[in-house]
Amino acid sequence: MAIEQQAATHAVPVARRRRLRGETAAEALVRLSGISVIIFVVLVFVFLAREGIPAFFEVEVGNLLGTRWYPTVGRYGLLPLVTGSLLVTAGAVLISVPLGLAAAIYMHELAPAWLREILKPLIEILAGIPSVVLGFLGMIAVAPLLREHLNMPTGLSAFAGSVMLAYMALPTIISVSDDAIDAVPRSYRDASLALGANHWQTVCHAVVPAARSGIVVAVMLGIGRAIGETMAVLMVTGNAARMPDGLSALFQPVRTMTATIAAEMGEVANGSVHYHVLFAIGIVLFLITFLVNLLASVLMLRRGTRRDQLLE
Amino acid sequence: MSRGTKQKLAFALLTAAAVVVVVPVLLVAGYIIWRGAGAISLEFLLSAPRHGLREGGIFPAAIGTVILTLGTAIVALPLGVGAAIYLSEYARDDLLTRLIRMAIINLAGIPSVVYGLFGLGLFVLFLRCGTSILAGSLTLGLLTLPVVISTAEEAIRAVPQSFRVVSVSLGGTKWQTIRHLVLPNALPGIITGVILGLERAAGETAPILFTVAAVYLPRLPRSVFDQTMALPYHLFVISTQVPGMPMTLQFGTALVLLAFVLSLNAAATIIRSHFRRRRSW
Amino acid sequence: MVTGAMPPASLQPPPEGTCDAMTTTAVPSKIRVENVSFAYSNAEALRGVSLDVYPHEVTVLFGPARSGKTTLLRLLNRLTDLLEGTRRSGRIYLDGQDIFAPDVDVAELRRRVGMVFAMPIPLPMSIRANLTYGLQLKGVRDRALLEARVESALRAAALWDEVKDRLEDPASSLSGGQQQRLCLARILALEPEVILLDNPTSGLDPISTSKVEASLHELKQRYTIIAVPHSVQQAARIADRAAFMLGGEVIEVGTAREIFTRPRDPRTRDYVEGRFG
Repeated sequence: MAIEQQAATHAVPVARRRRLRGETAAEALVRLSGISVIIFVVLVFVFLAREGIPAFFEVEVGNLLGTRWYPTVGRYGLLPLVTGSLLVTAGAVLISVPLGLAAAIYMHELAPAWLREILKPLIEILAGIPSVVLGFLGMIAVAPLLREHLNMPTGLSAFAGSVMLAYMALPTIISVSDDAIDAVPRSYRDASLALGANHWQTVCHAVVPAARSGIVVAVMLGIGRAIGETMAVLMVTGNAARMPDGLSALFQPVRTMTATIAAEMGEVANGSVHYHVLFAIGIVLFLITFLVNLLASVLMLRRGTRRDQLLE
Repeated sequence: MSRGTKQKLAFALLTAAAVVVVVPVLLVAGYIIWRGAGAISLEFLLSAPRHGLREGGIFPAAIGTVILTLGTAIVALPLGVGAAIYLSEYARDDLLTRLIRMAIINLAGIPSVVYGLFGLGLFVLFLRCGTSILAGSLTLGLLTLPVVISTAEEAIRAVPQSFRVVSVSLGGTKWQTIRHLVLPNALPGIITGVILGLERAAGETAPILFTVAAVYLPRLPRSVFDQTMALPYHLFVISTQVPGMPMTLQFGTALVLLAFVLSLNAAATIIRSHFRRRRSW
Repeated sequence: MVTGAMPPASLQPPPEGTCDAMTTTAVPSKIRVENVSFAYSNAEALRGVSLDVYPHEVTVLFGPARSGKTTLLRLLNRLTDLLEGTRRSGRIYLDGQDIFAPDVDVAELRRRVGMVFAMPIPLPMSIRANLTYGLQLKGVRDRALLEARVESALRAAALWDEVKDRLEDPASSLSGGQQQRLCLARILALEPEVILLDNPTSGLDPISTSKVEASLHELKQRYTIIAVPHSVQQAARIADRAAFMLGGEVIEVGTAREIFTRPRDPRTRDYVEGRFG
């Protein structure tokens, strides 16, 4: 028996060495796939920087920080674009957060099981509608409605953009809020009910406060999604690069950073000043979304929320 | 106001919110079907646009979108599943792993138009792929990567640890165990994740604007270095850049795009529920 | 060749505490555990354990919970490698070969030393595929050989008659007792030399339990068996040789008769007589 085994172990080495090599190669390959993700992030930044940094040497800082965006005459003021993005995003968050939170509470607390089974796929469908389709509908259906009912010169406005973005952010907000509410310990609820609170008081004073940090994450992710959205915004905001002046600006055309890149990159010469400035806008967008997502992920990982919600 | 009334009012408002969220989804779908169904015909689906896009069909754009979706899968699937295997089976809790996780979250947050800029800078110009299917697929593939990684990782982790121990105890090496036991059992979840990623990629416009999309290219692409039309960009062009564009054609295009994207979603849902019912663990 | 492969058991003086065992048999040990200590990342599990296991015997490791039985079992085919942050000292020899030596093929070791777990864990595939899984990973492609092994393994595990007409059914469709016998058959298909049984009858009904116990007497004709039993009674029923473990140490080793009728260590006696546990 011992002899047999010795013979066997001597016969094996070739096959075994080949297998070991396979093991090492497989591990190296999947490790490389993992590391590639880091490489891609670095590459994104490097190539944005490579094409965008020159803008800061070619255009004076004062010009970049100006309030006029007229690339044809060399005015590259980014302020109207940044404020345009912030305005549309703020509007979207103001609409989508209360709406999304309320819908999440409804689904979690009030809706019967059969209704939830209908609502969930509908919200998934909403998440799946391409932004260009929403933009198209916004242009031909929502904007005219706004024009007629709000007595605006054109429906294409920051507000129309905010509405579009709000609906695009809703699935994320609802899903994260729903999980946050779900994570509230049963005992909180029971304690509240035992103290004589009714269902609504319990939701209001025990459930929602306990879910607060999760709701903050929902808001952050909503902002992250909204500020980076491009096509719908490009199609419905009217694309006038002007400084918002007060609250009424919400009902006037604006232009966001994303829309500017999408609309103008196709028409600039590679390597021109305008081209570099558009990449510089990309850097600004990259940094903003990076910070927002970083903050959300830190809050999330602390709460132990599912990672995939960051990725929707 | 008594607290009972307050509760009734509050619940009415919550219900209203749910209605406001969901009804527009139905309206959007219904409206597009209603206005677009009339445009759908074999001619519309199978012929190229003519007469400054104002007549004819969407064939090259539809085929372009299918090609780009496949290209995206080819890029994102191996990289995404590879990274997911690394994270779930090999990675220790060290700096590298934390960096990879941060990178994934960061990648997921990058706006789609910034992916477009990146694709233009790296693939189109620096690597000299030109405006091409190759550049577009690579760009869309990267955009899809985070979704693929996270869903694949979840699917792999859902395979019970005890199976791995049994496989190893039967003389399986680590990689054999992954290849012959873990991956086959995680496959439905992985496929679901990939399809959900593709659903997003198929509808994206901004990333393909500067990397692959052509306004008008009636013939089909001949190689990966060709440009191609694509449905999302086609819809953008005919709804914003072409004066006097017939509305039915616009709605028809929107309907086909929506149907394609939602059928991917439906496929993912069906696969998921089918295998969830069938599996024994 | 033969002398070179001779186990150190015959060359070195036996470790303390096993003198009894050594005097009763002249056969070299199949497995020799030499002064092994082992710790998980958060707790010590084994302290200076030495033990000889002889071929064609059922060796039983028994003792109260957390005494290190399962850990020792898992060390014998290096399943402990799967855990991170463990510490180990001492040596384990299989046929005189150090199983922790760097040139050891761990996969081959695990095929030679097979393990049946406490819970039946059928792999999510057909009954047949469960049986051929290990062989196919080893690289066996020969259909006829695979078929032959499936049948002989199922017969040896007393399962053939019950499943021969439904080999393509999912393994999870079997009853608990059948699943546990399937897990045994899955190991037998690899034609191992040593079989490790970690509480293989936990959760089984009395009939299945006695079937498994009965099959051990058949199996030891061909294999070396090391088992962690369900209870002292079961230990006494199945053991040829027994090691009493307590707090990560082997307290006493001997033939079954010695250990269960006249144990020398008072702690063994107390445990065997049911005073603690």
